[in-house]
Amino acid sequence: MSFLSGDNMTGGYGGADILHDCTIGVEQGEIAVIVGPNGAGKSTAMKAVFGMLAIRQGAVHLDGEDITKLSPQDRVAKGMSFVPQNQNVFTSLSVEENLEMGAFIRRDDFSGTMEQVFELFPILKEKRRQPAGELSGGQRQQVAVGRALMTQPKVLMLDEPTAGVSPIVMDELFDRIIEVAKSGIAILMVEQNARQALNIADKGYVLVQGRNRYTDTGAALIANPEVRQAFLGL
Amino acid sequence: MDDIFNALILLSNFVIVPGMAYGSQLAIGALGVTLIYGILRFSNFAHGDTMAFGTMATILLTWALQDWGVSISPLPTALLALPFGIACTVVLLLLTDRLVYRFLRREKAAPVVFLIASVGVMFVLNGLVRFIIGPNDQRFADGERFIMKAREFKRMTGLSEGVAFKTSQGLTIVTAVIVVAALFWFLNRTRAGKSMRAYSDNEDLALLSGINPERVVLITWTLAAALATIAGVLYGLDKSFKPFTYFQLLLPIFAAAIVGGLGNPLGAIAGGFIIAFSEVTVTYAYRKFLAYSIPGDWAPEGLVQLLSTDYKFAVSFVILVLVLLLRPTGIFGGRTAS
Amino acid sequence: MNLTNGNLRPILMFAAMAAALATVGVVQSWSLSLAIMNLCLISAVMSLGVNIQWGYAGLFNVGVMGFAALGGVCGVLIATPPVMAAWRAGGNGIIIALFIALATILAAIFIMKRMPDGRLKKLTFTAVIVAGFFLGRAVFDPAVESIEAIEPAKTGYLGGLGLPILLSWVVGGLLAAAVAWVVGKIALGLRSDYLAIATLGISEIIIAVLKNEDWLTRGVKNVSGLPRPVPYEIDLQQALWFQEWAGYLGATPVEFSSIFVKLCYAGLFTAVLLAVLWLSERALNSPWGRMMRAIRDNEVSAEAMGKNVTGRHLQVFILGSAVIGIAGAMLTTLDGQFIPTSYQPLRFTFIIWVMVIVGGSGNNWGAVLGGFVIWFFWIEAEPIGLWLMDVLTSGMAEDSGLRKHLLNSAAHMRLMTMGLILLLVLRFSPRGLIPER
Repeated sequence: MSFLSGDNMTGGYGGADILHDCTIGVEQGEIAVIVGPNGAGKSTAMKAVFGMLAIRQGAVHLDGEDITKLSPQDRVAKGMSFVPQNQNVFTSLSVEENLEMGAFIRRDDFSGTMEQVFELFPILKEKRRQPAGELSGGQRQQVAVGRALMTQPKVLMLDEPTAGVSPIVMDELFDRIIEVAKSGIAILMVEQNARQALNIADKGYVLVQGRNRYTDTGAALIANPEVRQAFLGL
Repeated sequence: MDDIFNALILLSNFVIVPGMAYGSQLAIGALGVTLIYGILRFSNFAHGDTMAFGTMATILLTWALQDWGVSISPLPTALLALPFGIACTVVLLLLTDRLVYRFLRREKAAPVVFLIASVGVMFVLNGLVRFIIGPNDQRFADGERFIMKAREFKRMTGLSEGVAFKTSQGLTIVTAVIVVAALFWFLNRTRAGKSMRAYSDNEDLALLSGINPERVVLITWTLAAALATIAGVLYGLDKSFKPFTYFQLLLPIFAAAIVGGLGNPLGAIAGGFIIAFSEVTVTYAYRKFLAYSIPGDWAPEGLVQLLSTDYKFAVSFVILVLVLLLRPTGIFGGRTAS
Repeated sequence: MNLTNGNLRPILMFAAMAAALATVGVVQSWSLSLAIMNLCLISAVMSLGVNIQWGYAGLFNVGVMGFAALGGVCGVLIATPPVMAAWRAGGNGIIIALFIALATILAAIFIMKRMPDGRLKKLTFTAVIVAGFFLGRAVFDPAVESIEAIEPAKTGYLGGLGLPILLSWVVGGLLAAAVAWVVGKIALGLRSDYLAIATLGISEIIIAVLKNEDWLTRGVKNVSGLPRPVPYEIDLQQALWFQEWAGYLGATPVEFSSIFVKLCYAGLFTAVLLAVLWLSERALNSPWGRMMRAIRDNEVSAEAMGKNVTGRHLQVFILGSAVIGIAGAMLTTLDGQFIPTSYQPLRFTFIIWVMVIVGGSGNNWGAVLGGFVIWFFWIEAEPIGLWLMDVLTSGMAEDSGLRKHLLNSAAHMRLMTMGLILLLVLRFSPRGLIPER
C-alpha cells in the first residue's frame, strides 16, 4: 500500500456513480499524475481522495491509517493539502496574508515555512504586499501552491495547476513542483497537459469513465504506443 | 469680506458639522450591515432595530447611573453605559443566530430566506423594544451640551454668525474615528480579522485552510452588535431615541452600504458620508447663505431649499437608484451584483 | 382546487376559519365579526398579490405598504368632487409644472441615450436636470401655495374627479402597476436584496409624498367622507322597506343597517377576491405559470435555456403590485377616508408577508387562508394579549408600576407575536398551512 492511497473507490454525486473501483496512490517524495479524457473522473478521483466526495465503496489510507470517514478539514490536520483548480487564492488578501491563512491551523511560528515558500517562489516575496487578485495567472498559481504548503503537508494535491497558463510558465511551475517533491512531499495531481505531466511523473494513472485504464511509471506510459495514440495525441 | 466669512460659517454650522456627525453615524451603521453581508451573505433588515435595542439597553443603564448620581460630566453618562449596551446586544444577536440563522445555514437556505428571517427578527426586536421602553421619544443626553457655543464664537471673532459645536457632534466624530481605526486594525492586523476577510472572500478555500466558519460568524455578530449599539447611541445622543426612527434609518444605512459596495468596509464609510452630506445639503435652506454671499438686492426671497426635510429619505433613495443603474457593485466595488 | 382529490386539509382549515368568525359573531357581535371579515377579504387580496411576486417568482417586495397606499390615494383622486376654486387658483400652474418635469425627464433620457459619451454629455445632462428642477419649482411652488390657501380647513387641495369610487379600484391597480414598472426596471436583474431595499425605499417615499403634498391629498389633514359604493346606514334606517325587513328578521333597523352595509361591502370584496383568485389559479396552472416556477426554482438553468428571466420577473412584479394596489383602493373605500399617517410598514408590509408565508408560499389558496387567519389574530391578539397580561400580573399590587407598564405595553405584543409566528413557520413548517402542490 502506498503512503497515500485511495483503493477501489466507487462513488459520485447524488445517485449516479462517477468512479468505478478506481485506485490511486502516491509515495512520499514522488509525483503521481492522473490523466485522461474530459469527463473521465480525474478531478472526482482527486476529490474522493481528499474527502470532498463521499465514496460508497473502497477506502482511503494515509500512512497506513484509514481516513475514509474524515472530513476534508480533518484531513488537512492529518497533513494533506489541496489546491483547487479555480478560485484557489483569496483575491482581496495580500500574498502574505494568503500564506498566513494557509497556515491558519498552525499555532506555532510559521515564519520559517513562509521563508521556504518565498525561496521556492521568489516573485511572491517581491509582491508580498499586493492583493493576490492583481497577480498574473501563473503568479496566482504560485500563491495557491504556496498557501497549500504553509501547513507543511505530507501530501500535496493539485487539481490542474497549469490550467490557463502559458507553456513557459507551465514548465517553470513543473520545475517547482519537482523541487517540492524532492523535499519529501508526496504529490498527487490532475493534469490536462498529459504529456508534459507524465514527463515529470514517477507514476501515472490513465482514467477512462471513472475506471483505471493504464497504470504505470510516467516514462512507461509515454512509451506505451496505445497510450501515446489514444491519450497523448502523438 | 465679513460677509464671506459669515456665509462660510453659516454653511459649516448647518451643513458641514451636522453632515460630519450624521455621516459618522451612518458609516458605523453601514459598517455593521456590510460586515454581515460580507460574511453571512444577506442584507440584515433587523439592523435598525438592533441599533434600537442596543441604544435602549444603554439608555436604561444611563438612567440608573443618573439615579445613583454617577456622572462623568462634561461627557454624557451614556458613554459609561455603552459597554453594557454592547454586551446586551452581543448576547441578543448571538441568541438570534443560535435560534434562527444557524438553522438556515445548515439548510444552506437561499439568501432571500435569510432576508425574510431577518424581517421576522426585526419584528420581534421592534416589539421587544417598544414593550420595554415604549414607542415614544426618549432623551438621555446629559453633561455639557456644547463644546463651542455660537455666542462665544461670535464674541471671539466679532462675526454676526457663530459656529455651535455640540458635544454629541464632537463625540460622534471622535468615536467614529476610533471605531473605524479599531475595526480596520482588527480586520487587517489580527489573525481573527484576517480569517474573517478570507472567509468573506472565498468561503470554500477558507474551509480548506481550516478556518472555522462558526467562529467567523460569531465574531461577525459580535462586531455587528458593537457597531450597531455605538451607531445607535451616538445617533440618540445627537438627536433623540425613538424606536420607529431607528427602523427608518435602515434605508439611509442600506443606501450607504450599497453606494460604497456591499461587503466593502471602506465603501461603507464613504457611502455613509455621501448619503449624509447629500441629505443635509439638499434639505438645507440656503436663503441666509445666499444673502451673505450675493451682493445686496440680489438676495432671494424664498427659503431656497431644494427639498423639504420631509423628503430626506428620497435623497438616499435617489442616490441608491443612481448607483443601481450606473454601477450596481457600488463605487468601491463590493460583491457581485447579480 | 381539485375537490375530489381528498383535499380535506384546506377545506377543514377554511371551515375552522369560518367557525372562528362565527364564534366572534356569537360571543362579541355580528357587526364586529363582519368588520373583521371585510378586512380579512382585503388582506386576502393583498396577500394574493404578494404571493404572485414571492410564490410564483421568488421576488421579495418590502414595499407592499407603498403600493397599497398608491391604490388608496386613488380613492381620493377618483371619487372626491373637484375643488373648482383650487383648480382656478393653481390648476394651471400644477399642470405646467408637471409638463416641465416630464419634459426634463424625457430630455435627460434623450441625452443619456443619444449624446456621445464625454464631459459635454455629463455637463448637458446636469444642466438640463438642474434647469428643469428650478424652472419646475418656480411654477410649482406658487401654484401649490395658492391651492392650499383655498379654504384650508375644508379643502386646500385640488380634489378628485368626482367619479364613482369603484373606478378607483381599477385606477389604483394601474397606478401601482406603473410605479412597479419603474422600480422593477431599476432593481430587477440584480441581487434579490436590491429589490428588497429599493421597494423599501420607494414605499417610504410614496408615504412621504402622500403626507406632505397637501395640494394633492390634504396631507396629514386627511380626506374623509369619501363617497360610498353602498348605501348609507342612515338612509336605510329611514327607508320603509328596510324597516319592514329588519322587523321581519327580528332586529332593530339601526343594528341591521350596520350589518347590511357590511354585507354589501363583503359582497363587493368577495367578488374581487374570487376574480383575482380565479385569474391567479388560471395563470399559475398555465404554461406561463409553470415557466415562472421553473425560473424561480432554478434561475441559472432557466436563463441558460434562453428564458428572459428579468423580463418575466418584471411582468410578475407589475401584476402582483397591481393586485396590491387594488386591495389598497378597496381599503380606502371601506374606511371612507384616506389617512396617510395610518400607513405603517409593520401593518401594511410585514404582516402581509406573514400572511403569505404562514398560508403557504406559492399556493393561492394558502395566501387567502393566510390573509384570513393572520388578520383575525392581528385583531384578536390585542384582547387576548391584554387578558393574558392581566392574568400574568394579577399577583402584583393593583398600583404596581411594573403592572401598569406591562398592561400598557400589551399592544406591542402583537409585533412580537407576528415576528415569532413568521420565524416559527420558517423554521418548522416552511411550506405553510397549505403547501404548494
